[in-house]
Amino acid sequence: MIANNNSSLKPHAFKKAMIALFENKHDQIPGNSSDIIDKLRQIAFEHFKQLELPSKTMESWRFTNPEPLFRDDYIIDFESKFQKIDVSKIFTCDVYDLDTYCVTLINGWFAYKNSPLSCLKDGTIIGSLYKAMEIYPDIIEKYLGSVAKISEQSLISLNTVFMQDGLFIYVPDNVKVEKPVQVINIVDSDKPVFLQPRNLIIAGKNSKLTLVHCDHSLTHNISFTNTVSEVILHKNAFIDHYKVQNKGRNSALVTSMFFRQEQNSTLNNNVMTLNGGLTRNQVDLSIKGENCTAELNGLYLMDKYQHIDNSVFADHAAPNSRSNQLYKGILDDQASGVFSGKVLVRRGSQNTMAFQNNKNILLTDEAKINTQPFLEIYADDVKCSHGATVGQLDPNAMFYMRSRGICERTARQLLMYAFASEVVKKISIEPLKDNINKLVEKRLKGELSICDQCILNCSSKEPRFVQNILD
Amino acid sequence: MQNNNNKLIDKFTRDEYKYGFYTDIQTDTASKGLSEDTVRFIWAKKKEPDFMLDFRLKAFRHWQKMKEPTWAHIKYNPIDYQDMIYYAAPRKKPQYENLDQVDPELLETFNKLGIPLEEQKQLAGIAVDAVMDSVSITTTYKKKLAEKGIIFSSFSEALQNHPELVREHIASVVPYTDNFFAALNSAVFSDGSFVYIPKGVKCPIELSTYFRINAANTGQFERTLIVAGEDSYVSYLEGCTAPMRSENQLHAAVVEIIAQKNAEVKYSTVQNWWPGDKKGKGGVFNFVTKRGICKGDNAKISWTQVETGSAITWKYPSLILKGNNTTGEFFSVAVTNNMQQADTGTKMIHLGKNSRSTIISKGISAGNSNNSYRGLVKMSKEAANSRNFSQCDSLLLGNRSGAHTFPYIDVQNKSSVAEHEATTSKISEDQLFYCLQRGIDMENAIGLIVNGYAKDVLNKLPMEFAVEAQNLLSVSLEGSVG
Repeated sequence: MIANNNSSLKPHAFKKAMIALFENKHDQIPGNSSDIIDKLRQIAFEHFKQLELPSKTMESWRFTNPEPLFRDDYIIDFESKFQKIDVSKIFTCDVYDLDTYCVTLINGWFAYKNSPLSCLKDGTIIGSLYKAMEIYPDIIEKYLGSVAKISEQSLISLNTVFMQDGLFIYVPDNVKVEKPVQVINIVDSDKPVFLQPRNLIIAGKNSKLTLVHCDHSLTHNISFTNTVSEVILHKNAFIDHYKVQNKGRNSALVTSMFFRQEQNSTLNNNVMTLNGGLTRNQVDLSIKGENCTAELNGLYLMDKYQHIDNSVFADHAAPNSRSNQLYKGILDDQASGVFSGKVLVRRGSQNTMAFQNNKNILLTDEAKINTQPFLEIYADDVKCSHGATVGQLDPNAMFYMRSRGICERTARQLLMYAFASEVVKKISIEPLKDNINKLVEKRLKGELSICDQCILNCSSKEPRFVQNILD
Repeated sequence: MQNNNNKLIDKFTRDEYKYGFYTDIQTDTASKGLSEDTVRFIWAKKKEPDFMLDFRLKAFRHWQKMKEPTWAHIKYNPIDYQDMIYYAAPRKKPQYENLDQVDPELLETFNKLGIPLEEQKQLAGIAVDAVMDSVSITTTYKKKLAEKGIIFSSFSEALQNHPELVREHIASVVPYTDNFFAALNSAVFSDGSFVYIPKGVKCPIELSTYFRINAANTGQFERTLIVAGEDSYVSYLEGCTAPMRSENQLHAAVVEIIAQKNAEVKYSTVQNWWPGDKKGKGGVFNFVTKRGICKGDNAKISWTQVETGSAITWKYPSLILKGNNTTGEFFSVAVTNNMQQADTGTKMIHLGKNSRSTIISKGISAGNSNNSYRGLVKMSKEAANSRNFSQCDSLLLGNRSGAHTFPYIDVQNKSSVAEHEATTSKISEDQLFYCLQRGIDMENAIGLIVNGYAKDVLNKLPMEFAVEAQNLLSVSLEGSVG
């Protein structure tokens, strides 16, 4: 759990501060140039004023106390800070054989080598959202804010009010992006920061995209990241999306990912949380067309005072589609976990197949898990099921290994590793799978720290290195 | 085939409520509205001991500060609590020794309901404490039970004869502060049943109460308290039907069960109140708080319910497994049709070591109805080696109905195991085809399949109830599959 001291504010005080900030500094927010963005901000602002900030009295935040998130000493900067840096000088990718388009966001701002927005030969655009607002206003107008539930959740509207930069990807129709795109989100600051990156990803008809998204913090300083991602899959599109989170104990990360699927599209979404202070991942899937497939997988390995909250919502608004949720977690020490999954099958969405599975292992009496696999079904010709289990490592399997001379520690690790591998196995990029496998193994041995960056190798054990380069 | 099915659905949805009749018996009613005066009126009318006035008033004052809960998956027009009569009792309170003295009209009512009040029903081995409106009329077998030291009486009688026992246990499981409807019940409850099984006694017969709402515009607020002493056993049955009425009737009951060391309590309900017509007009609003506590080690409480009636069902029979090695069970079949809404389930709160709980819930929704399972399984840090298994299945009949599952699982220790599984589907085409192919017609085939689907739960009911429940299911679901 992130440090809670006198700087904590009550949600209503934080809300007041945010409203005042927008009213006073509205003009200074970068990316304000076009009317479209300005209008969107105003709409979001009106919603934000109406909506309540999360609190423990809200059903969706009952088991995750958001109050430590709201502080009065956050640095919120409105200066355009997108950086011209050669990222490869700071990091080298540790995934061998994985050739990626690697982009980096430092404190929510896009860091680039040559240009903030690159257009590939096949028409794919990858780059900074801030820049895209300027260059591609028509695309932005059409998609930005079209999937995120601005009117329903205050943190989403807040992100929209203050959004500045983030990742923008546009894959045109019939284009298959062969190389995976890797995004590295780095938080690096010596003061408490409040960041609100915004990502927009559009996959055109018959397109294909693989996206690897990594969240890291380089310091143990207090940070609150409120990320909103909007992902649109057009007809027959295919997106393979991976999220790897390895954050410091004082970091709070609230990521909200909104997916909209059109006819025949396929989505693979994998969320791996290895370390973090307070992490909340919201996956909101909206199936709008027939014959869609969605795999929503998650793995969380928590210890110490870490808290993880996975909130997964699959909204079937069209018939003949299939969604499958598999979330598995191991909780050690005083760690606490929440899984709230929901499948909604709307009236008329016949022949839907929706499955939901959450499995947990508690290793100590101090660890806690709350799991709520919900089904809400309004169509009769469906196959839906859910399951949730909470338990321990199988004592028989343990005994089997012990009787063959394997020490208890190793046997435990083997069993945990086997438990986690069901999710890891679903990763379809081989080099990434191998790497995550290694990471999970390392994590279960208790050898993975946040300096030990997952996909990337921090070239120095001294995290301040990055800061030096930026200076 | 589609056409044929539609006809069957029509037939079913037009089925009139079989038990809709109204007996004209003069009632002694309180004036409309709810205030401290109403509470005092009820207290005075029932000649209760002084501590009850204190209890009722505390509950009423607390209720005034509370808000009606909105979290359940149900929709209804706001209830005007001032537009209701809170007390109605049959005018003459008869003290009969045998049935001949009972108002024949009343007997007729019971006969229509099939309550085994008459001599031949003795063979069925049931003692009936029939609650008509709010006051107990007659109690059979009382003497026989008294020989064993078992107290089975109406709540008012218990307050007169055993005030110290009631005082000790009332609100010890469901405090008046528990929730909005429990507070309301605590303030205005009119009557109910009281059961006390002394230490070491196994109750030789099934105890049964029939409830029936009768006078128009009267909420019925009963309260049941079952106390099972050490090493005792009791099986308790509760069932009800209500006459057809166009205004919604509010029903907010409280049931409390206390099981001491090694005691076993089996509580079974068949609920078949008027669900309203097919447009959703009328019907009973059923907001019930039921909770049991396995206080001593090795105690066991088991809830079995068949819910087919009421416009709205809001009911979560719960268990607190406080002692070590305690066992809790919940078996439920909930059927909704037309505009009915049910939000029902259970809570299993494990506090003792090695406590075990099982939840089997079968939901069946037809017509425009919504049927939700909502449950909590909580294992505290102290409840080492606890075990839970939950299974919640839903069956959907027709494409306008909804079936929902809202389980909450909360585990706080490393040695407990909780498992939950649920499925939602429609009646298997293969099974239907198989039956049709063998010359079984559609209606019977559906009856067969649904009864098979609910068998796990129906099997848990005492014999007398199982028959009624099976008939109810068949009647409710004839031809309702498309």
